[in-house]
Amino acid sequence: MTKKILISDPTLRDGNHAVRHQLSRESFIAYCRAAEAAGVPIVEVGHGNGLGASSMLVGECSLTDDEILSLSRANLINSKLGIHVIPGFCTIKNDLVKAIEAGVDVFRVASHCTEADITDRHIGYIRQAGKQAFGVLMMSHMTSPAILLEESKKMESYGAEAIIIMDSAGAYFPEDVTERISTLVDGLNIPVGFHGHNNLGMAIINSVNAVNAGATIIDGTIRGFGAGAGNTQLEVLVAVFERLGFETGINLYKILDAADIAEKEFNPVAPHVSPLSIVSGLAGVFSGFSKPVGRAAQDYHVDPRDIFFELGKRNAVAGQESLIIEVARELAALNSVKDS
Amino acid sequence: MTLRGKLKVAIIGSGNIGTDLLIKIMRSEHMICTLFAGRNFNSAGMKRANLLGVTISDRGIEAIVNDPAICDLVFDCTSAHAHIEHWAILEKLGKYVIDMTPAKLGVFCIPAINAAECLNGGIRNINMITCGGQSSIPIANAIAQVHNNIEYIEVASSIASRSAGPATRHNLDEYIETTQDALQNFSNARRTKAILILNPANPPIDMQTTIYAKIANPDLPAIHSAVMAMVEKLKAYVPGYKLIVPPTIEGDKVITTIKVLGAGDYLPQYAGNLDIINCAAIAMAELIATSNLTSEA
Repeated sequence: MTKKILISDPTLRDGNHAVRHQLSRESFIAYCRAAEAAGVPIVEVGHGNGLGASSMLVGECSLTDDEILSLSRANLINSKLGIHVIPGFCTIKNDLVKAIEAGVDVFRVASHCTEADITDRHIGYIRQAGKQAFGVLMMSHMTSPAILLEESKKMESYGAEAIIIMDSAGAYFPEDVTERISTLVDGLNIPVGFHGHNNLGMAIINSVNAVNAGATIIDGTIRGFGAGAGNTQLEVLVAVFERLGFETGINLYKILDAADIAEKEFNPVAPHVSPLSIVSGLAGVFSGFSKPVGRAAQDYHVDPRDIFFELGKRNAVAGQESLIIEVARELAALNSVKDS
Repeated sequence: MTLRGKLKVAIIGSGNIGTDLLIKIMRSEHMICTLFAGRNFNSAGMKRANLLGVTISDRGIEAIVNDPAICDLVFDCTSAHAHIEHWAILEKLGKYVIDMTPAKLGVFCIPAINAAECLNGGIRNINMITCGGQSSIPIANAIAQVHNNIEYIEVASSIASRSAGPATRHNLDEYIETTQDALQNFSNARRTKAILILNPANPPIDMQTTIYAKIANPDLPAIHSAVMAMVEKLKAYVPGYKLIVPPTIEGDKVITTIKVLGAGDYLPQYAGNLDIINCAAIAMAELIATSNLTSEA
């Protein structure tokens, strides 16, 4: 029997990290149309950290959430419109009410891997409104498979219709993914998904392992356009899945066309595994930190790699961008002591 | 009477906030905790209160309804939702209420800014905003003393996951809305935003808050001295309050970072979020206790 895999494409959400949340109206329109043409099942849009996250802490978006949602809605017909939200940034009143009115189909409610209970009210609200809600556990490498299962069960009990674990730092090796996904598949009654990052060059093989362990939802972005080293590269994923006989419903030629369109649209450059993102993967630090770390390194004349390893030691998580400056200042102070 | 001269206080809600508050109240010369009421005798907080020899009840607010003379002042450490019902009851009973939830029914209170105002005009419900509000709003207010036309203020707090109990987690939306409203109230900024990050790291991280202010042509030396003066005021009632990144210009914004170390009363030192809101509440309760405001009660 062929395996059917649901592909969820956060190019227009995770990709916003790669351009400091400055994706243009034209990019949203062009990519929504290309994804629609290729038959991508879910197109996820928004600020890199989701609705309500545009801020000085994690970066201000050039478009408002309302603009992004209405633009995307107008250009998606068969593809579902998805969003990502993190309680703590978003609220039901400010963000979810609006998103439901704007016609969002799939709501992915995310928390850090051990914090599932903050999603209770948000998942419940979405389900009551008759919309689809998935639970997302971010930075999932920071905890054990057993705890991931426990947290996933909480989300399931709130009404989540699927659980996706994110390798936000691109830190997993294939066997890590197999162990976690199979634990979740065995312990849950809802579909399980995987969201990869490519810091250590493992995103594709990790996604293949996820499917082999029973995952049925896989995230991928065009050209890997996403935070840090980027995500699992969608057009490669579609090609590899086709070869392996996993059915995605996505048209290969059309997704390759979308990759060409994306190359023109998402200037200056699509993400790649840069020296700094390798360090981010090794340090187990959120990929989205690479741009602010680069800036802080310049401002305080310190080695960005030292910043990453120090952030790793302090178990920094997404949303703690303010810690980057603190660490850079401390390293600069240490350096000046050494120099004097 | 051993109670003479001491303000009789009750705590409802036996979670992290309520239990830490109890331990701090035990040290107060001006207050005595006459009731610690939760819902479950087996909770960690209840057991702790029992060990401390405090009268405990598992009937929540009913324990006060059944014996109104038991206290003059009530600290509500339950949840924003529950506080709405509690206030309706406590108002009728004529109790002073210090609301530790983000229900925002009462007057917003930051002791370093408006303690005196909160005791005027027969105010009986004092709202302690949120932990992030207690740490960030004084800084926003200090900056606003220099610039009365702040375009945008944003505050982001990260707290250790272990310091956030079930009610805090359930009240994230209220936390954000209440912090934003109070921030607006005390800074007059045109737009405000509050963010809360729960950090699961182990060993747990210390509470930290960063304040971003968007200001045209910031007067950094003036901001610096206003902020330093405010930090001193805070330290008077929150010993662990510490400026770790002084006001710094980055691009079009002024960034300031605060760390709050707890006293390690109920939870270890990392839980500065418990300390800052509890120390603020105790500062207010002691003012009430020493100013004879409850003498008619």
